[in-house]
Amino acid sequence: MSVVYSRRLKKELQEIQIEQADPAKRAAGIQLLQADDLKTWYFSIEVLGDSLYKNETFHLMVRFDPEYPFKSPAVQFVVSDKVKPPIHPHVYTNGHICASILGDDWSPTLSVMAICITIQSMLASCKKKELPEGNDDYVRTAPDNPKKTRFVYHDDTV
Amino acid sequence: MSSDYEFSDYEYEDDEESMDVEGGSASSEEDMGMDEVYDDEIKIVSEGKKAYEVDYKPLTLQQVKDLVVADVDYISTIFGVDSDVAALLLRHMDWNKDRLTEKYMDNASSISITAGVSPVPKPSYPTSDRSKRVTRSSKSSKKLGQPSSFEPFLCPICFDDTATDTLALSCGHTFCTGCWTVYTISKIRDEGEHRILCMAENCGVVALDPFVHKALGDDEDTIARYDELLVRNYVACNKNLKYCPYPSCDRSVSCPTASSRSALSTIVPTVSCGADPKHKFCFGCTIDGDHRPVLCTIAKMWLKKCRDDSETANWIKSNTKECSKCQSTIEKNGGCNHMTCKKCKYEFCWVCMGPWAEHGTAWYSCNRYDDKSGVDARDAQSKSRASLERYLHYYNRWANHEQSAKLSIELYMKTEKKMEEMQLTTDLTWIEVQFMKKAVDIVENCRTTLKWTYAMAYYLQNGNQKAMFEDNQRDLERAVEDLSELLEQPIESEYIPVLRQKVTDKSVYVQKRNEILLEDTAKGYLEERWKWNDIVIDTL
Ligand SMILES: [Zn+2]
Ligand SMILES: [Zn+2]
Ligand SMILES: [Zn+2]
Ligand SMILES: [Zn+2]
Repeated sequence: MSVVYSRRLKKELQEIQIEQADPAKRAAGIQLLQADDLKTWYFSIEVLGDSLYKNETFHLMVRFDPEYPFKSPAVQFVVSDKVKPPIHPHVYTNGHICASILGDDWSPTLSVMAICITIQSMLASCKKKELPEGNDDYVRTAPDNPKKTRFVYHDDTV
Repeated sequence: MSSDYEFSDYEYEDDEESMDVEGGSASSEEDMGMDEVYDDEIKIVSEGKKAYEVDYKPLTLQQVKDLVVADVDYISTIFGVDSDVAALLLRHMDWNKDRLTEKYMDNASSISITAGVSPVPKPSYPTSDRSKRVTRSSKSSKKLGQPSSFEPFLCPICFDDTATDTLALSCGHTFCTGCWTVYTISKIRDEGEHRILCMAENCGVVALDPFVHKALGDDEDTIARYDELLVRNYVACNKNLKYCPYPSCDRSVSCPTASSRSALSTIVPTVSCGADPKHKFCFGCTIDGDHRPVLCTIAKMWLKKCRDDSETANWIKSNTKECSKCQSTIEKNGGCNHMTCKKCKYEFCWVCMGPWAEHGTAWYSCNRYDDKSGVDARDAQSKSRASLERYLHYYNRWANHEQSAKLSIELYMKTEKKMEEMQLTTDLTWIEVQFMKKAVDIVENCRTTLKWTYAMAYYLQNGNQKAMFEDNQRDLERAVEDLSELLEQPIESEYIPVLRQKVTDKSVYVQKRNEILLEDTAKGYLEERWKWNDIVIDTL
């Protein structure tokens, strides 16, 4: 099991690093910031072109279970003095994200990069900057790890 | 104490809707099928039925599996499909044969796709080489490790290029057997999922049972868990069935009379799976055990109130009290409410702290709340105080019986020791000393009834009916306390035959009082005799 986990993550990391070095292959607006180990990786995300998030940069934190890729990683926006999470109907102010790809719709053939791209397009297609319903209640009671939350997925296309 | 109960928002589905679903000719068909299965092996529990008992049938795991097989065979025959495919279609339609048949006749390929039996067709490819194209033709640049047709198989999940064993569902998405195994085990064990989807993203194909078994190999534990999940799914989809809630029990109960919400306004369907006398549960709600004589909705309401008011009532839960005469601390260590202070020998009632002498006389009033203080209340403050006091009166007695029932485990152990002693000091046989054990069981059982009668009395409107209910309650309570006290007395061997006679007589009497109370309450529901307080009327 741990063999699968580390072989798979090393392979993903290798592919990401090759892509990042080659502007033709790189997914525009997504950049690997830090991957010191096979536990926690950080990415920066920008939405290019016309969108409500023009000129804003967000940071994603990705944490892996030993059961990755059979279990989805825990993904959330970083909240700190320097970076803030986007204001979006599926993003809580503590950085937790309600997206089905991180839960029920996760598949072991998806990758960390596929998650980043999905979240980027979730931002790109947003029509109105607003907080999720019940944000304050959720943030007050939310577990540290968003994977412990049973989200009810809303329309992912928003 | 209320925290011992799990609250659940489980709700019955709308009665009418489920009627539609079950209605028509097929349901009588199904009933007949079920009876065939039950009749030989199961004794029907309704013989000599009392008003407070419901008709039900305990089912073993095998009997439920037989019902599953019957449904699967039925669909498999009329659709002309494999039984594994029929099972998947039935699960997809929550085991509703009528609706499945309707949908299947309407458009077989469409329901096969949504059920995960067959993959979504991709018209751009010729269907003839389906298995080749799926693994080799994906073009997305963000997918990992696309194997080209010239290389050996590389599993796109684990990147193991040495794996030779591969498996694929009807969609053709191929992965190494090792990955399938880990994935299937994790779905079944960690997520309790019986619907094993293809691992490929956005693929809705579901594994048929033989595939799941292949992926699990010789992992017997997980195969057993998978089988259990399938049976539980079947039971959960059938409103006439309930799975026994006791941990690691695999039996079920069939109780069609309690399957609609409206039935629960007149009956308290207490059933047992038959595996163990302790496996008693309510068919109508998830409050475990036996909450007779109180209806499910009222029992739930009462537990909610106890939970909400737990802080104000907390002091009552305390296991120690002071003797009201000499103020020395007294610890309750048995189920009996007749307390004697070790220091000053003052005898009193644990519940009301009043002198015990009064409880033996005709003006015993420990179970009845005197509403006069409420009537006398002048301002709002004393009114709310009075309402708290009223609640505490009932809660106090409710909690006390609950605690006493728990303490009966200790009483049980003491009793066992006594029974051993009795076998040694007398020529009584093991069978003959069983009267003590039986008596303890009866006390525990009746304390559960008594406990719930206080919840019932709290919600009953004052009047003749309530007074009669409280008379029955008082008679039962007295009888239980008498028996309980008898069981705690020190045993002196020369009196054993006398004690045995006394305990047996009292046990019979207690059971009779319990039956009278349950019977009268059950009939009261059917006759709509019980008048409730406004809080209940607003909620019902
Ligand atoms: Zn693999
Ligand atoms: Zn597939
Ligand atoms: Zn059971
Ligand atoms: Zn109930």
